[in-house]
Amino acid sequence: MNELSRSAPERAASPAAEAWRMFRRNRPAMLGTAIFLTMLGVVIYGSLFGGDPFEIVWAPQTPPGEDGFVFGTDYLGRNLATGLLVGGAPTMAVGAAAAVLSIFIGVTIGALAGYYGGWVDNLLMRITEFFQVLPALLFAMVLVTLFSPSLVTIATAIGVVMWPQTARLTRAEFLKIRELEYVTAARAIGAGNGRIMWRVILPNALPPLIVSATLTVGVAILFEAGLSFLGLGDPNTMSWGMMIGANREYILDAWWPVTFPGLAIFLTVFSVSLIGDGLNDAFNPKLRER
Amino acid sequence: MNTAAYIARRLFYGLVLMFFVVVLNFVLIRLAPGDPAEVIAGEMGGITQEMLADIRATYGLDKPIATQLAIYLGQIARGDLGMSFFFDQPVAKLIGTRIGATILLVLAAQLVSILIGVVMGVFAARKPNGVVSALVAVFSTLGYALPVFWTGIMLIIVFASWLPIFPVEGMRSARFEGGSFAYVLDVLHHLVLPAVTLAIIFLAQYARLARASMIEVLGADYIRTARAKGVPERRVVFHHALRNAVLPILTVAGLQFGNLISGALLVETVFNWPGMGTLAFDSILRRDYPTVMGILIIGAAMVVVANILTDLGYRLADPRIRTEGGRR
Repeated sequence: MNELSRSAPERAASPAAEAWRMFRRNRPAMLGTAIFLTMLGVVIYGSLFGGDPFEIVWAPQTPPGEDGFVFGTDYLGRNLATGLLVGGAPTMAVGAAAAVLSIFIGVTIGALAGYYGGWVDNLLMRITEFFQVLPALLFAMVLVTLFSPSLVTIATAIGVVMWPQTARLTRAEFLKIRELEYVTAARAIGAGNGRIMWRVILPNALPPLIVSATLTVGVAILFEAGLSFLGLGDPNTMSWGMMIGANREYILDAWWPVTFPGLAIFLTVFSVSLIGDGLNDAFNPKLRER
Repeated sequence: MNTAAYIARRLFYGLVLMFFVVVLNFVLIRLAPGDPAEVIAGEMGGITQEMLADIRATYGLDKPIATQLAIYLGQIARGDLGMSFFFDQPVAKLIGTRIGATILLVLAAQLVSILIGVVMGVFAARKPNGVVSALVAVFSTLGYALPVFWTGIMLIIVFASWLPIFPVEGMRSARFEGGSFAYVLDVLHHLVLPAVTLAIIFLAQYARLARASMIEVLGADYIRTARAKGVPERRVVFHHALRNAVLPILTVAGLQFGNLISGALLVETVFNWPGMGTLAFDSILRRDYPTVMGILIIGAAMVVVANILTDLGYRLADPRIRTEGGRR
C-alpha cells in the first residue's frame, strides 16, 4: 500500500448528502422545515384528539382570548381552536394526494414525450397544451360537482388539473439527459427503453423534479382550500378553507373566524415554499445569485 | 412566414383546441352519474317530465352517441350553449352579461402586476444584493403562499371596514347618480381592491422574472457599448436593456391567463364582483350544469384568444421573429 492511497480523502460525499449539508446550512429552509413539522404535528394531534369542530360550545363570535377561547368562536358559536386543530387534516391529506397524483401523471407523460420524441412527443404535448387551456380551478369545480364532493374526488380533480407543468419540466429534463454519454453507454450494454427511462434518466432528472414536486404540494393545498372555501369540499369534514367560506358573510362583525384559518393555510404553504427554495439552492448552488 | 398566414394558422389551431374542449364537455356530462337529460336540466327541483322530454328531443338523447355529439357540436358552433333552467335564460346570454366584468378584472390585475413587477424587477436588478432585491425575494415567497380569497377578505377588513377607503363589494354604487365620467370613476373605485388582490399572486412572479432577466441583459456587450459611448444610465436601463428584458415576461404573462381566470373566480366570489366567477359559483351551488359547462367553454376560449394575442404581441415586440425566414 503506497503513501498516496492512504492519504486520499475519505469517501466523497454522495450528491444527496452534499445537498442535505447545503440545505441544513440554509436558514430560511430550516425555518420552513420547522414550521412545516410544527403544522404537521398540530394537524396529527388535532385529528386524533381535536374533538368535534361542528359542536356549538359558546356564544357566537366570542373574540379571541375571551372566556377561555384562545381563538374565539365563529358565527354559530363553534370553537375556532377545535376547527383549526381538526381542519388541517383534509387540507394536508388532499394536498399531498393531489400532488402525488399530478406528479405521477406529469412525470409519466413528460418522460414518454421527452424520451421518444417524434410523434409521441407531438401528441403528448398537444394533450398537455389542451389541459393548459382549461382554467384549472373551473375545471376542478366542474369535476367535483359532477362527481359529488368527497376527499377522493377532490384530490383526483386537483391532481387531474395540475399535471401539465410537471409534464413540461420532465420532458425538458429528459430531452437534455437522453443525449448524454452515460445514456448511450447504457444503451450500448443492452439496456431496454424502460430501464433507460426509469433507472438511468429519471434518477438524474430528480433534483429539479423534487423542487417542483415540493411547490406542487403547496399549490395543491391552496387548491383544496379554494374549493372548500367555495363550499365544494366534503361537507362532513371541517377544513380551514371551509371555515373561511362559512364565516365570510360576517367579516365586518368579526375578523377572527376568517383570519386564523387563513393564517394556518398561509403558514403551511409558506413553509413548503421555503423548503422548495432551499432544495433548489441545495441542488444548484451556482444558481443562488439568480 | 408572413403575419397573415401566421394568424390564420394560429386561429385554426385555436379552433381545434376548442373542438376538443367541447368534446370533453360532452364526455363529462355522459360520465356523470345519472340520466344525461337530468344532468343537462340541472339537479334542481321542479323539473317536469315535459321539460325532460323537451331536452331529450333537443339534444337527440334517444339517438346513437355519435349523432348526439354531432348535435351538441352543432349547437355550440351556432353559439347555443343551452338553457339555464335555474336562471330561466339561455346560457350564452347569461354569460354575455357577465363576461365584460371578468375581462375588466383580469386585464386590470394583469396590467398592475406586470407594471409594478417590472419596475420592482428593474430596481432590484440594478443592485442584485440590495434592499429591493431582498424585498422581491420575500414578496415572491409571500405571493406564492397567500390564498387569494383570504388576501381579498383581509384587504376588505383593513381597507373597507377599518379604514373605509374602498367599497366592500360589487362593481358600482347602488344608487348612482352622475355622468359617464363619474360612472367610470365609480367602477374604478370598486375595481381597486379586487384587482390588487388578484395582482398580488402574479406580481411576485413577474418581479422575480424581471430581476433575473434584467441582470442577464445588463451584463450583455451592447449595454457595455452603450455605457462606453456615454449614453446616460437612465436611457441605458430603460431604453436599451428593458426592451430586451421584457420579452420573457411577455411570454410568461401570456401563459398566466388560465391561472388569472381561476384566480378571478375566487376573487369575484369574495368581492361579489358581477362576472363569470360569481355566476359559476351561483350555478354550481344550484347544480345548474348547462351554465357551469358554458362557463368552462367560454373560459377556455378566453385563454385560447389570450394566447393568440400574446403571440402576436410577441411578434410585434421582437422584430427577430417577424423577419425570420420571410421577407427581410
